[in-house]
Amino acid sequence: MLNLVWPIFIIISFAYAIFSGNLENLNTSIFESVENAVNLSITMLGTMCLWSGIIHIANNTRIIQAIHKLLKPVIHFLFPEIKENKKAQNEISMNMVANILGLGNAATPLGLKAMETLQKDNKNKKELSNSMIMLIVLNTASIQIIPTTIIAIRSSLGSENPTSIIFPVWIATICAGVAGITITKLFIKYSNKREKT
Amino acid sequence: MIEFINFISNLAMPLIILIIVIYGFIEKKEVFDKFIEGAKDGIKIVINIFPTLIGLFLAVGALRSSGIIDIAIKLIDPILHLVNFPSEIMPLAILRPISGSSSIAIATDIMKTFGVDSQIGIMASVIMGATETTLYTIAVYSSSVKIKKTRFVLIAALTADIVGIITSIVVCRFLS
Repeated sequence: MLNLVWPIFIIISFAYAIFSGNLENLNTSIFESVENAVNLSITMLGTMCLWSGIIHIANNTRIIQAIHKLLKPVIHFLFPEIKENKKAQNEISMNMVANILGLGNAATPLGLKAMETLQKDNKNKKELSNSMIMLIVLNTASIQIIPTTIIAIRSSLGSENPTSIIFPVWIATICAGVAGITITKLFIKYSNKREKT
Repeated sequence: MIEFINFISNLAMPLIILIIVIYGFIEKKEVFDKFIEGAKDGIKIVINIFPTLIGLFLAVGALRSSGIIDIAIKLIDPILHLVNFPSEIMPLAILRPISGSSSIAIATDIMKTFGVDSQIGIMASVIMGATETTLYTIAVYSSSVKIKKTRFVLIAALTADIVGIITSIVVCRFLS
């Protein structure tokens, strides 16, 4: 995917910048982008190690089984192909909990741990498996109880009612989530059929 | 209300860590050793995704700074009028799946310009709350396991985004 998207982004924006005489901005942005990526990675190194450590403790206690039991029906519906893989299921449950609680910086490390575990069982190591795709789609759907970041921004801008958006956000997130899950399930069905024939 | 929500969201992370550590301690596990073992894995994951981040940020930065996005928006504008899509929201809708930091900047800008509690301001907030930086998420998740063939994930995730954005706009129109 990125082998297509990345060069297109680079080519159209660099070419346009050269023709429109916008080179100064482009040069600044090249340095800024690289610097931002480094900054993000360093911040991420901290949260990633922290949450990988915490999940490793949890994996060795019975609490993970309690959480897993709670989410079992959902996970079995969304990830029918990993019924045997307890470890992946546990990590996906933790990722879901972090997402729902709005802990973005914990959800990513936990999701990536789950990806690692799913890759071990992946038949074709060069392709995303169906379960991996479902996990990614769930993580792009931003399912959370309280959208904290945007509430913070709204209250910093002096909104009279910063939390008024919570209910509309729920409706929109649920619609987006259902759409994402449905289309993923349809694609999986279609690709399974094609494999059989 | 806002104090309560702040309290809840500040409580979530410490509470999770506390519960897990207490459980480990009660069950007499080597809690610290386990933590260190797990934390080591974190380094490997970050090293795997670091090159992807550099590449992605470069492309997205160029896209924004070159001004090509403004041209794209001007081109789509007539179509938007046809389907009654608020054109003030368009820059946000285009950038939201691509870049987290620039979509926050744009949403903040929209809220400042049109008023944080105006219909457009609320639409921008709801879109930010209901969607994620899709391209970034896909890139980070796939590159962490060194996978290049992503099959249909982009289409599925973008469909979810489009549905999320359209629902946000419809809901905000309906409510106000």
